[in-house]
Amino acid sequence: MNGSSVIVKVVSLAIILPALTFGLYIIAHGHLTPGGGFQGGAIIASALAIFLVAFAKQASKTLRKNLLSALECLALLGFIGLSFLGLGKSFFFNFLANSGLIFGQAVPFGPNPGFINTAGVIPLMNFFVGLEVSCALTIIVLTMLKAGGDKK
Amino acid sequence: MELAKIAFFLIFTYFLLACALLLRPFGKPAVSDMDEYFILNAQREAASNNVVASIVFDYRGLDTLGEATVLFAAVSSIVLLFRGAPK
Amino acid sequence: MIENIHFIAVALLIALGIYTLIFKRNLIKIAMGISILASGINLFLISLGYRAQGIAPIFTNAAIAASEVQAKMVLPAPQALTLTSIVISLAVTALMLSFAIIIYQKTGSLDATKSRRLKG
Repeated sequence: MNGSSVIVKVVSLAIILPALTFGLYIIAHGHLTPGGGFQGGAIIASALAIFLVAFAKQASKTLRKNLLSALECLALLGFIGLSFLGLGKSFFFNFLANSGLIFGQAVPFGPNPGFINTAGVIPLMNFFVGLEVSCALTIIVLTMLKAGGDKK
Repeated sequence: MELAKIAFFLIFTYFLLACALLLRPFGKPAVSDMDEYFILNAQREAASNNVVASIVFDYRGLDTLGEATVLFAAVSSIVLLFRGAPK
Repeated sequence: MIENIHFIAVALLIALGIYTLIFKRNLIKIAMGISILASGINLFLISLGYRAQGIAPIFTNAAIAASEVQAKMVLPAPQALTLTSIVISLAVTALMLSFAIIIYQKTGSLDATKSRRLKG
């Protein structure tokens, strides 16, 4: 757990920020382009895993397990609560679509250039699931990194 | 015992290959009303351009809830497993 | 024969996973076998839903007319189920690897036959 050499640190610094931005892009455009919450969450988690491996000392101070698990539980609760909000019609009902509110623009049928302000609750669910998946995978990597190794 | 393992493996592989050769041709899927409904109505009902996202989060949202629960259970059991490990 | 090459690849992947499960004793190799098995099943689901010369079921900047959408788009439901299956296989892999770490720390070896006792 001493961190890596200078080469690994510099290259990972150059990689981490574009990877985080790309993951956020994948999550935010999940209802328009290929991708979504799971894929973007996996990209963010891999960027955080690079950060963990390269900067082990600093990462153990900034990425704490309690904070990550609290974020994961909050994301899961938000996902479930968002699905309960559509309960006037049915569970997981898309109550924001075509309503004119946030993400409520209607979409014409057929191929179109893609409008970001559509799809109802799907972008919000993408955000919550992306937060949950990234926190979950980072907790897995963090736990196995701390507890693994030859202790016998 | 070793012979039984090898025999089981060979029979199972033969079964798999025979199934792969006898399956319906690649590129001609069975016509499914459900998939046609999803493709034709995803933009009107869920207002989403991505049909897969509309299935995952709207039509079959309960699947996604179960899958998120599986991921949560895996994470909590991993944390529970390494709870007593020395720092 | 040759047009079913995807299904033959699926059969070979599943056979490879079953071979690893039957004949290997190393816990890490068993985890790798289960991952290969899951990849084979994901490939099977994806190739069941493929339509010849089809495009992805996404309407953003799709290069087809609105009238031929129904005949040109790949079936979306198997892709959604495969998305679920991928995440579940990831959770299973993580759980298996942490069990392997725990067993190695307790018994000092990764042999599956040497860790029959459940008490630590």
